[in-house]
Amino acid sequence: MRASSEIALQQAALAIEHLDVRFGKGDEMVHAVRDVSFAVDRGESFGLVGESGSGKSTVLRAIAGLATDWTGRIAVEGQNLGPKRTAAFYETVQMVFQDPYGSLHPRHTVDRTLGEPGRIHGVADLDTRIVDLLRDVGLGPEFRFRYPHQLSGGQRQRVAIARALMLEPKILLLDEPTSALDVSVQAEILNLLQRLKREHGLTYVLVSHDLAVIAHMCDRLAVMNAGRVVEEMTVDQLRRSEPSHRYTQQLLKASLGYDRAAVDALETFD
Amino acid sequence: MTGNASKPLLEVEGLSVRFPTRTRVVEAVRNISFSVGREKVGIVGESGSGKTMTGRAVLGLIRPPGIVEARKMEFDGIDLRSLSERQYREIRGNRIAMVMQDPKFSLNPVMTVGRQIAEAYRVHTKASPSEARRRTLEMLEAVRIRDPERVYGAYPHEVSGGMGQRIMIAMMLIPDPDLLIADEPTSALDVTVQMQVLAIVDDLVSRRGMGLMFISHDLNLVASFCDRVVIMYAGQIVETCRASELHAAKHPYTRGLLASLPRVDQPVERLSTLTRQEAWKTEPGVDARVL
Repeated sequence: MRASSEIALQQAALAIEHLDVRFGKGDEMVHAVRDVSFAVDRGESFGLVGESGSGKSTVLRAIAGLATDWTGRIAVEGQNLGPKRTAAFYETVQMVFQDPYGSLHPRHTVDRTLGEPGRIHGVADLDTRIVDLLRDVGLGPEFRFRYPHQLSGGQRQRVAIARALMLEPKILLLDEPTSALDVSVQAEILNLLQRLKREHGLTYVLVSHDLAVIAHMCDRLAVMNAGRVVEEMTVDQLRRSEPSHRYTQQLLKASLGYDRAAVDALETFD
Repeated sequence: MTGNASKPLLEVEGLSVRFPTRTRVVEAVRNISFSVGREKVGIVGESGSGKTMTGRAVLGLIRPPGIVEARKMEFDGIDLRSLSERQYREIRGNRIAMVMQDPKFSLNPVMTVGRQIAEAYRVHTKASPSEARRRTLEMLEAVRIRDPERVYGAYPHEVSGGMGQRIMIAMMLIPDPDLLIADEPTSALDVTVQMQVLAIVDDLVSRRGMGLMFISHDLNLVASFCDRVVIMYAGQIVETCRASELHAAKHPYTRGLLASLPRVDQPVERLSTLTRQEAWKTEPGVDARVL
């Protein structure tokens, strides 16, 4: 694990050490993330995979400042984060959410959705920037004054990605960006994300329940179960079916399709 | 179980579903023909392909102003087209059952799980309350719920998504239907839970000789789970084949869908995307009946 080396940590785009995230208080408290550590290099794509309730999205939300009750260390470009996120943070890190139907304001035009972060952060020549961004995500200028209900799911996700790119961030946090989309549209969005990463030198942290999506997009991944990272490995190791933890082996097997005999062998991991 | 084993359970010929709007008529399903025997038939397509409307039309759940037309829609010798609302209720839930995608929206939130299942049973069988309770507990056990007594008294919000879906399946299967229509029954579930739920349905098909219409967008899942596959595009059936032969599909739409899937075992630099052709909408559909 790279986190052991302090130098590597300083060079990492994003470093997480001993992260714990809790929700609620007293008897009602849920310990959603337990002692999670990983580091993501500049220009790398890092995957977090796991089933619902494994804490994978909560890790992203803690980084983005959306889950506030956390302990441990989160460092972006060598800078430790405090409890509050600054304007400078959002110029470095942006997030794309799962549901493009829920993440865009239904009564704001594409123009207003894209313009908002630009106005807050004082982006120069916003007008040109909006048109450029739309082109960047494969949407023509005719989309600029449309409302979300006039767009398909794939087009909405393109708008959400364009909004995340408005402040020219270095790191994108992608929370299940294609799981609400049809497979053919998923392919288009994944290709778009790959191209944007190359052109803008971005670093990705991608959360998904789909091992195939993670394998396609990422260099390394961490497998989460019940709030903990059970295993960290490279995608090459995953492709060679070399996961060492039984939970990962089971996840890999289940993702390859239905197999009646394999079902009886399924174990529960808590 | 009644009917002739060699005849399909469900035979549909020339089914169309249309919705007139102010400006035009939306043709959700266009002149499709298919059959379901005592087997697992997968209906695959993307959103808007008409797969859900096909299932709803069979169950008589399309309401005006929606228009359903068919040259033939026969279930175990019964002409579904001529049924009154009352006659349809005799069949729906009793002989043809449907499992929907999300148990959260299908279960009554203010009634315990056990009462809901027992009620479903009593509506169709006129069984006594104690008999209904006994059957409900048996059914909960059959869908591998470890502690049926506790779950019987639980409210839907107190159970997990996977358990909720198993409860839905228990409720749908308790009247012992001949045909189960499952509309994306597992797409909201984790992959391991999904496999467990499918195994329950699989066993019921092979043990009870039930027919299954499995509506899904997941090609890999359908290929590995079903016996036969029907691929829908823009309201039509563009291709049909044995599930085991799906990887050798010929229609460019099916091939495009398969190619756009990322795979763990086959890395590609760039995913291929689907170029939809206008001709797919106008070419005649495929007859997916096996008679």
